[in-house]
Amino acid sequence: MNAPASNPAPEAHLTRARLLSILSILTILLIVCAIAGLLFGTAHISLERAVSDPDSPDHAIFFAARLPRVLMGVIVGAMLAAVGTALQALVRNPLAEGGILGISGGGALGAILALVLSAKIGGGEATVPLCAFGAALLSTVAVYRLAMVDGQLEPFTLLLVGVIFNAFWGAAIMLVNSVVNFYYAHSILFWLMGSLEAPTYGEAAMVAGLGLAGFAVLMYRARDLNLLSLGDESAAELGVDVDRLRRTIFVATSVMIGAAVSVSGIISFVGLIVPHTLRLIFGADHRLLLPASLIGGAAFMVAADLIARVAIAPAEIPVGAITALCGGPFFIYMLRREGRKPFSL
Amino acid sequence: MTTTSRETVAMRASAIHAGYRGVPVLHGVSIEVQAGEMLAIVGPNGAGKSTLLKVLSGSITPAAGSVELFGRPLNSIERREFARTVASVGQENAVAFRFTVLEIVLMGRAPHLGAFRFESPHDLEIATAALDRFDLRHLAARHIQELSGGERKRAFLARALAQEPKIALLDEPTAFLDLKHVAEIFARFRELCAEHGMAVVATLHDLNAAALYADSVLLLADGAAVAYGTPAEVLTAENLRRVYETDVYVGRNPSTGALIVLPAALPNSRA
Repeated sequence: MNAPASNPAPEAHLTRARLLSILSILTILLIVCAIAGLLFGTAHISLERAVSDPDSPDHAIFFAARLPRVLMGVIVGAMLAAVGTALQALVRNPLAEGGILGISGGGALGAILALVLSAKIGGGEATVPLCAFGAALLSTVAVYRLAMVDGQLEPFTLLLVGVIFNAFWGAAIMLVNSVVNFYYAHSILFWLMGSLEAPTYGEAAMVAGLGLAGFAVLMYRARDLNLLSLGDESAAELGVDVDRLRRTIFVATSVMIGAAVSVSGIISFVGLIVPHTLRLIFGADHRLLLPASLIGGAAFMVAADLIARVAIAPAEIPVGAITALCGGPFFIYMLRREGRKPFSL
Repeated sequence: MTTTSRETVAMRASAIHAGYRGVPVLHGVSIEVQAGEMLAIVGPNGAGKSTLLKVLSGSITPAAGSVELFGRPLNSIERREFARTVASVGQENAVAFRFTVLEIVLMGRAPHLGAFRFESPHDLEIATAALDRFDLRHLAARHIQELSGGERKRAFLARALAQEPKIALLDEPTAFLDLKHVAEIFARFRELCAEHGMAVVATLHDLNAAALYADSVLLLADGAAVAYGTPAEVLTAENLRRVYETDVYVGRNPSTGALIVLPAALPNSRA
């Protein structure tokens, strides 16, 4: 060939060393956020007493409230951000996200219906997350199908359909809210706002398990998601079975959204802010972006939840309100930016 | 074209009928490309050039007729194996997200790699050679969106090269490029034909480029072959007048003897 083939630009592509160093940095960030989340809160506690004295109130607060809550923040934030990354790759649009596309809303409606109905007809512990997953999957497929124009995915149609679904599911949830008894009203509101309140270790473990399973599938298809950025046809010409990839990602992301929503309700914009920021800093390769979103999303959520707990202590803001307050303006900013350069979509 | 041994036929399409959503575009088109041969598909807009290319790349399944790759039917070849044999570069090369040029070119290695595998030094070597061949090394770290149209086209051609294909399918590879880049891109593919026995099938609007660089030319009109053979056989004033419905001058470049095709009629406003 023409010239000696040395690496033309070591920084211009992903290597294993670069992947590991970036993930290490993000892990340190996550650890810092998690420690802050454990130390600070409405009540001042001593970590030393919490560990040494099992009868102290510090112990109770630390192990029954803070730790499960931080764990849940880690799990839910990780999943929402990773799902956002995967959905953005799938629809080739940085504005896609489970909340915006109406998938989380579908999942929440499924969870609420399961909650209300299983109290009437009986159902196991897995009923709520299973229904959330099923409804999320239905919602994904419906939004996706409706956004196809002549076999092509039309980015702005997709966003519009997603926003409509989001509003529609919200309205359906309010409808359910007004016909069920008062007992459910609080939990329904909780689902709409999104919160990491009062999870049990069992719930955390179940959601983490589902999330990791879904994430493993996403990672397995990470390079195929890169190829999808070139368009369906080019991806197919590089050996990707695009239809199968799409179905796989639909199911994996719906499992993850369903699991996350069934414990935390609709927490929007995490899947938008985190991937976008990481993509700007570290590049677009999904082999890096997916695990980076996983860790970065966890750190972001734990930080947002800490703000939710301490900002107006002793009262508490739902964490979904914090992420939406950050995310709304961020979304508008991105929409404006993307609107100026049509081919970046 | 007429003397072919079975081993060297890279791609053969026989009596292809194809279209979109039941609207027929191609009506019984056949081609045969040898290893090391460059075939140009020419014809007016809507003649079916791109459709034929999409049939060859497997994007469109023909309604009738068959495509063979080195004597094997297309539908018997596994997707990734096909991608290691045939590389395509389409007309539209929009990329979502800000990948670097090197990342785009390395994507051409995907059909050679397992799911979790990172690109090896060998893969990087192939990608670098592809960058060098299209004079893109200095742009390796740039984002693909920042490149000019010509640079971007070359980046996609380099990606196709990184696939190490035996056959390259190029849809208007030189559209909107200046003279220098047109000449360079064809020179590079002629090298690849000669050095690696790569077969190249390209749709072209530029009849002079077809005359100058292609070994054989297929002239399509309304989804059927009007003529198929060497440039001199196909690009005659008679054929072109019939197909393009305008007066055409076909002559020879006095200094090189190469075929030249020009519109013969002056526009009405200047007559």
